[in-house]
Amino acid sequence: MAEFTLPAHSKFTAGHSYKASEGASDVRVFQIYRWSPDDDENPRLDSFEVDLDDCGPMVLDALIKIKSEQDSTLTFRRSCREGICGSCSMNIDGTNTLACLKSIKDVEGDVKIFPLPHMPVVKDLVPDLSNAYRQLAAIEPWLKADEDAPEGEERRQSPEQREQLDGLWECVLCFSCSTACPSYWWNSEEYLGPAVLLQAYRWVADSRDDKTDERLDALDDSFALYRCHTIMNCAKTCPKGLNPGKAIASIKSEIASR
Amino acid sequence: MGRQRPLSPHLQVYRPQMTSVMSIMHRAAGIVLTTGTLVMTAWLVSLAMGAERYGIVAAALAHPLGQFVLFGYSVALIYHALNGIRHLGWDIGIGLTIPEVYRNGQLVLVLTAVLTVVLWTVVWM
Repeated sequence: MAEFTLPAHSKFTAGHSYKASEGASDVRVFQIYRWSPDDDENPRLDSFEVDLDDCGPMVLDALIKIKSEQDSTLTFRRSCREGICGSCSMNIDGTNTLACLKSIKDVEGDVKIFPLPHMPVVKDLVPDLSNAYRQLAAIEPWLKADEDAPEGEERRQSPEQREQLDGLWECVLCFSCSTACPSYWWNSEEYLGPAVLLQAYRWVADSRDDKTDERLDALDDSFALYRCHTIMNCAKTCPKGLNPGKAIASIKSEIASR
Repeated sequence: MGRQRPLSPHLQVYRPQMTSVMSIMHRAAGIVLTTGTLVMTAWLVSLAMGAERYGIVAAALAHPLGQFVLFGYSVALIYHALNGIRHLGWDIGIGLTIPEVYRNGQLVLVLTAVLTVVLWTVVWM
């Protein structure tokens, strides 16, 4: 049964405040979720004043500035800082996105930052993605062909066949969509979620893959697939502009029409 | 090793989206319809039980509170039917891009309001 409230040990309280350096000319407050496994405290919301005149344009720039200047214990994942690696996914201003692609100017008022929703927190903005990765492994996200590729050649696709993969291959597995989905919040043990189902469809749609039927058999499950109720928060929040909801509808349609 | 990992906030912090709000409204409308069907059944059964029983139920439904219940039932019925068509479209792969989802969602909301007004104008005229 869905739990709509947070467990007692997960409720967050107001935390510390950090002032901007003197002479700051364009101050913006960043409210950031904090939790450390090293003490017995509940999570808290710390406030950091940041001088935007001395900061890069993106939310990730502000996080890095806070970490280097105000609190070096602030913990978050980041790598490429250009929307390719999918590491810095988090909940910013109420929706999930990549901190490196979210412009500070697009947020009105205080910038509120939380970890990806409804996930176990490792520390601060770092969620535990083990379950999501386990689900990804379960759909066997690799090419399964009956025969080896022709000697010295690649497996050929027509331009039309290749086009079927557009909107699927671009996914960076940041899990913004899965953790924006209320159905995934309430059923993440059994429901695969939009990110993993989009990956599943990526292989179903691949003309070079010979195990389409087996893949669809594995997906044809009332929980794994059909907990998707076409809510569409996934496509609304995807920082890469992809449409997991449409990919899931395509899987359902393939299963219904075989 | 510290204490048990907290669960990150979800409903508490996620900004309501038109997508999820219309979805939960669809479910709520479904629950209202199930309850409303009992009212409709009571009305029909009373009709079968003769004029006296029917008079009691008809009077209850004519009461402002009864009218309110019927009004809510009609809104739920119209919304659920229109949004149901939207879902049928999605199930065959139509109207699933985000701009389309917003357009057909707004259409459902406007049509629900219009049809509700038309229905009750006819009823009360």
